[in-house]
Amino acid sequence: MMSLRRLFAVMRKEVWQLKRDRLTVGMILGIPIMQVLLFGYAINTDIRHIPAAVVDYANTQLSHNLVTDMEASQVVRIYARVGEEKELEDRLRTGEVSIGIVIPEDFERRIQDDSRAAAQLLVDGSDPIVLGAAQQLTAMQQHQSSQKSASSGKLFEVRNYYNPERRSAVNTLPGLIGVILTMTMVIFTAISLVRERERGNLELLINTPITSNELMIGKILPYILIGFIQVSLVLFLGFMIFDVPIQGLVVDVYIITLVFVSANLSLGILFSTLAKSQFQALQMAIFVMLPSILLSGFMFPFNAMPTLAQWIAEILPMTHFVRLIRGVMLRGAGLGELLPELLVLMAFTFITLVLAIKRFHKRLD
Amino acid sequence: MNPELAIECHQLTRKFADVTAVNGLDLHIPKQTIYGFLGPNGSGKSTAIRMLCGLLLPTSGEVNVLGHQVPQQAEQLKKHIGYMTQAFSLYSDLTVKENLRFMAQVYGLSGKTQNRRIDEALSVYHLQGLQNRFPSNMSGGERQRLALATATLHDPKLLFLDEPTSAVDPQSRRDFWESLFDLVAEGVTILVSTHYMDEAERCHDLAILDHGVKVADGSPSDLMASMEAWVVQVEDSDVLKLKPHLASLPDVISVSHIGLHLRILVNKSIAQPVAYIQQQTGFLDTDVQVREVAPSMEDVFVVATQKRKQEHDR
Ligand SMILES: Nc1ncnc2c1ncn2[C@@H]1O[C@H](COP(=O)(O)OP(=O)(O)OP(=O)(O)O)[C@@H](O)[C@H]1O
Ligand SMILES: [Mg+2]
Repeated sequence: MMSLRRLFAVMRKEVWQLKRDRLTVGMILGIPIMQVLLFGYAINTDIRHIPAAVVDYANTQLSHNLVTDMEASQVVRIYARVGEEKELEDRLRTGEVSIGIVIPEDFERRIQDDSRAAAQLLVDGSDPIVLGAAQQLTAMQQHQSSQKSASSGKLFEVRNYYNPERRSAVNTLPGLIGVILTMTMVIFTAISLVRERERGNLELLINTPITSNELMIGKILPYILIGFIQVSLVLFLGFMIFDVPIQGLVVDVYIITLVFVSANLSLGILFSTLAKSQFQALQMAIFVMLPSILLSGFMFPFNAMPTLAQWIAEILPMTHFVRLIRGVMLRGAGLGELLPELLVLMAFTFITLVLAIKRFHKRLD
Repeated sequence: MNPELAIECHQLTRKFADVTAVNGLDLHIPKQTIYGFLGPNGSGKSTAIRMLCGLLLPTSGEVNVLGHQVPQQAEQLKKHIGYMTQAFSLYSDLTVKENLRFMAQVYGLSGKTQNRRIDEALSVYHLQGLQNRFPSNMSGGERQRLALATATLHDPKLLFLDEPTSAVDPQSRRDFWESLFDLVAEGVTILVSTHYMDEAERCHDLAILDHGVKVADGSPSDLMASMEAWVVQVEDSDVLKLKPHLASLPDVISVSHIGLHLRILVNKSIAQPVAYIQQQTGFLDTDVQVREVAPSMEDVFVVATQKRKQEHDR
C-alpha cells in the first residue's frame, strides 16, 4: 500500500517548495519570535499601575503609610489626592481613575478592630481586571490587619506577594508554544492540498500511481521537523530572555511536541480535503485557533469555565497540550503521570488522519 | 475487449448539474495510432479525456482502457498512461530537473532507471539548457516540451494530451507533432484534443465533438471524401453583396469569406451545385466565376456541427 520511494518523493518535493517560499520560512521563524517577545514584554498579564485616587480623612502617619504601601505594590498608581468622596466618584465615572481609596477619619481605631474594614475601595467594576486587582488589595489589607501591630512595618511583605514580572512569563511560555504550533502547523497543511488543486497540480498528481497515504503522510512529515525547530526557538528565547526553566525532562518536551504537532498537522490536512479554496482552509484554521487560545486553559483557568465550554475544550488538542507541557515544564512531572493526555492526542491524530485519507479521492468530482 | 484496441467505450455520458458535457460517446481507438478529438470550446473534450483516465466518474456508459475497466480498475491503469493536462500542471516552483525527478519517483522508477529516463527526456525534448530553470519563467513551447517529457518518463503505452499546443507557435507545433509520431513508432497510442484543423488532419482517426455529441468520425481523408456537401468557390469583385443573399438560401449550409472569394457549402441534395450557385448569382451584372473545389478539414467540421444544429433546431 505504501511505497517508500513515493513517500520520500512527496517529502522531498515539500521541502524543495518550502525552501523557496520566503513568506512561509519567515512565518516559521517570525511567529515564534514575535509571540515570545509580545507575551513576554508587552502583554503582561500581571496587574500593574492601575490609576487610583485617594481621599484621606484620617491624615495620620499610619494612613500615609498605607497609601505608600499600595503604591509600592505597583498594583495602583495614585494620580490624585482629593478632599472628599464625591470628587472620587466623579473621577471614577469619567474614567480618569479606576480605583478610589477612602480612608475614614477613625482609620487608626478601625485597624485594631477585626470586625470592621479599616478602609474602603471604590472600584470601577466594568473592567474585570480592575476588579481582580481590588481583590488583591483587600487581601493585602486583611494581611495587614491580621498583624495587629499597625506600625510594625510588616506592610512591606506585600511587595513580595506581588512580585510582578517573573510569574507571567514563566506561566505563559509553555502554553504559548501551543498557540504558536496551532497557528502555524494547522495552516501549513490546511493550505497545502488546496493550493495544489488551485494551481492545477493535483489533476496531474492524481493521475499517477500515488496513493492517498503516501500523499498525506508525505505532506505531514516534513512539518514535524519544522515544529521541532519552532519549539527549540521558543525554549531558547524563553530561557535566554525570561529565565524560563524546564523542570522536567527536555526529551519529554519534545515527545509531547511530536504528538501535538502531528495532531495539528493531521487536522490541517483534514481541513485541506474539506476546503474548496485556500481562503476557506484559512477560515477553518482560524475557527480552531480562537477556541484553542481561549478555552484551552492557556488564557483562563479551565475549571472556572462553564461545563459546555469544558466539553468543547476537551476536543481541542491544545487543551491537552497545555496540561502536558505545564506539567513537564513547570511542575517537573514525568510523562508516565500524564499518559492519558498523551493518549488522547494520539487518538486525535489517528482519527483525523484516517478521516483525511478516507475523504481524499483521486478524482476531480 | 478487442486486444487491438487501446480504448473502447460505449455510450459514455457525463452530466453536470444542467449540462450534458459528454453525451452517448462510442469510441474504438486502435493501438499505435493518433486519435484526435476535434471540437469547439465546451464540446466535452476534456470531460471525455478525464473519464477515460478515471478522474471523473461517468454518469453512465462503459469504458475499457488497455484492458482495464474504468473507473473500477483505474488505479492499475495509472502506471501505463501519461497525461498532459490542458492547463500547465507541473510545479512552477520546482526546477525542470526537480519536476522530472519528482514525477519519475512518483511513477516508482528505480534509481538507475530514473537517471537514464531523465537524461533521455532532457535530450529528446531539448531541455538540457533549461534544467535549472523554473517553469514560471519559461516560454509556452518550453513548458509544453517539459509537460510532454514528464508525461512520457515512465514509458506509458497510452498518452492523453488535452489541447497540448494551445500556447505554441506553428514551428514548435510542427516539432511537437514530429515527437508524437516518433512516440507512435515506438508503440505508443495517443489521444489528443485540439481545435486546430491542421492538427486534426494529421491524426490517423478523429472524432468531431459538438455539445458533447460525436457528430462525425473516421480518418481525415474519409471524412473529407464522404462529406455530405459540395464545396463551391465564388470569385467576384462584389462578394460582399452576394454573401447575405447566398447565406439565406435553404440549401446553402454556410458561406464564408476567404480573401477575395466566397467559400460556399451546398447540400448534397443539389445535383448541379455550380449551376445552382450561378443561377442564384444571375441578378448581378458582372461575370461571376463559380467552380467546385475539394473539401478541407474545416469544411468537414462546419458541415458536421451545422448538421447537428439543424437537427437540434427542428
Ligand atoms: N466540473 C464541472 N462542473 C460543471 N460543468 C462542467 C464541469 N466541467 C465541465 N463542465 C461543462 O461541461 C461542458 C464541457 O466542458 P469541457 O471542459 O469538457 O469542454 P472542452 O471541449 O474541453 O472545452 P475547451 O476547448 O474550452 O477546453 C462545458 O459546458 C462545461 O461548462
Ligand atoms: Mg478542455
